[in-house]
Amino acid sequence: MNLNLHFDRVRSKPWLWSFLAALLVWLATLVFTRGEGAGALTSSALSFSAFFVIVGVGQMFVITTGPGNIDLSIPANIALSGAVGMKLMDSQNDLIVLGVAGVLGVGVLVGCANYALIRVLRIPPIIATLSASFLLQSVAIAYGRSVRIAPPELFYQFSTGNVMGVPYLAVAVVLLTVFAGYLLSRTLYGRWALAVGQNIRAAELAGVRVERVRWATYVLSAVFASLCGVLLAGFSGGASLSMGDEYLLASIAVVVIGGTSVAGGFSNVPGLWGAALFLYLLVSMLNTFGASAGVRLILTGVIIIAVIAAVSGRKSLRSL
Amino acid sequence: MNAPQPMTLKPQPQASGAVTPAAARAVNRARLLRNALPAVSLIVLLATIFIMQPRAMSYMGMNLMLNLAVPIALATIAQMLIITVNDLDLSLGSFISFVACVAATLLNDHPLLGCLALVGCVAVYALLGALIHIRQLPAIVVTLGMSFIWVGGAVLLLPAPGGSAPQWLQALVKIKTPLLPFAVVMCVVLAVAVHLFLMRSTWGVVLRGAGGNPLAIAKAGWSLLKIKVTLYAMAGTFGVLSGLFLVGLTTSADANMALRYTLLSIAGVILGGGEFTGGRVSPVGAVLGALTLVLAGSLLSFIRISPDWQIGAQGAILILVLALRTAVNRLEARPT
Repeated sequence: MNLNLHFDRVRSKPWLWSFLAALLVWLATLVFTRGEGAGALTSSALSFSAFFVIVGVGQMFVITTGPGNIDLSIPANIALSGAVGMKLMDSQNDLIVLGVAGVLGVGVLVGCANYALIRVLRIPPIIATLSASFLLQSVAIAYGRSVRIAPPELFYQFSTGNVMGVPYLAVAVVLLTVFAGYLLSRTLYGRWALAVGQNIRAAELAGVRVERVRWATYVLSAVFASLCGVLLAGFSGGASLSMGDEYLLASIAVVVIGGTSVAGGFSNVPGLWGAALFLYLLVSMLNTFGASAGVRLILTGVIIIAVIAAVSGRKSLRSL
Repeated sequence: MNAPQPMTLKPQPQASGAVTPAAARAVNRARLLRNALPAVSLIVLLATIFIMQPRAMSYMGMNLMLNLAVPIALATIAQMLIITVNDLDLSLGSFISFVACVAATLLNDHPLLGCLALVGCVAVYALLGALIHIRQLPAIVVTLGMSFIWVGGAVLLLPAPGGSAPQWLQALVKIKTPLLPFAVVMCVVLAVAVHLFLMRSTWGVVLRGAGGNPLAIAKAGWSLLKIKVTLYAMAGTFGVLSGLFLVGLTTSADANMALRYTLLSIAGVILGGGEFTGGRVSPVGAVLGALTLVLAGSLLSFIRISPDWQIGAQGAILILVLALRTAVNRLEARPT
């Protein structure tokens, strides 16, 4: 009886699985290297995961609002925001604030554009964000063509520095996820977003401003993607056009492995961190084992499918 | 007081049986307009290109413009088959790249082994359909995982761009047909064949029904599992054809050569009048949509706009056509 209760409590926290998996992979890597480089591995895992988590938070809000909602414009947005941020900052410390403000502005605009396409054209969000991403990609290519601009010194130090092995970036993103968790579970907007995801019709009848929620969600996702873009540019010493490419698949994978329901209405903020750490540590584990790029990719794919198959199995058990 | 009460409906201005002929005509006209939209947008685009560059209106010109359209049209048909059951394939582009790599390496060196590998690819797609159906998994996530696997496989086969397509394949895609270029013939044959199968045959109705009302199809005694496996296997087959055609044209392969086909194929299906729900798809429309997207790129080079904007132009055309469709739909919905 007591055991059952415990079991239920564990099951009601699906994010535990992703942390458990991350821990296992971390241990496996360290066993292989006999404990060497534990600090460096953890530190870089926190840094890289932070980027996955930022876009993951935005994508999670979008996926929360129900089936069919997905933001495909994230990679193009990252490329554009990185370019805009670096150009505005112009390698000068004084202009960092301007650059960040400009990038956030880009995010808001992109989000509004995405929502406007969905609303005005009444097309599925996949297609709306897809066509928006085509346009953004072209703008990013045309705008970002000029020479590579290095980030300002201060900004570079913030994105790459760490305090006792914990990257500043990771600390900031943890705060961001706490904020996202608060937003989701304690504010009216978050409750409404969940309600819309569970049953849009019921939510509407209950007086939820469905359209306002969807607008806010797409803006939120775009702003997070923009933020990721400028930080990524700072982290890698300048913006590049293809730097956002892997973040489309990563953002979806992080959300799903983290225990958020793909059907919407049930979200999981801590799971984002677990999943992001897991994905990064997995790749670095395979690297340590000396696996080639092809094997690494195949194993990543196999694990994503295995996780989703296992997670869905659990959910159908619960609904019985 | 929980007894169900009859819903009080607002009095309808028209009883259902008394639709005036004028209203019916208006609805029919709107429907016709909507169905004609993919064809009309393609014709407008072609006309613009011909006016800009009259030399494009030749056998040679058409062949050059449309050659690369055939693999994209095949990919669009594959995506459409998946969309028929309300799923989405995010791995199509990487799958096609993988097939191209297989064709440029295995198929060239060991034809038998290569053929087996390609048959295996189709089998993997069939298995995916079964897995997605049995475990009720979201297709987006499963195919997302598959995209890693295909790219990984392609990288293993061809770590650096290269390889060489079999001679017979290169010869096949360069066939010169009388009157119309091979690319046009292929597109027409593809559109008509898939249309006849999916829209006109009994089997096609059942397959589409599985997207429209799965419960009804299941109650009528059809196996949803078999339907999904069939559609996924067919999609895999068209994906293989697309990859083979592509590598025949380019003669060598690269693990990332067709990644953009994923998004292009989705855009093509939607442009051609397909919808994400309800099994509403149109094979002819999908082929037309694919051609429209390809020609949108050519148009830009004819009017001397930098290729930077090529992707943007495809996005703009997508938005434009969808805006037109929304306008037509409003026309249809407006009470007369």
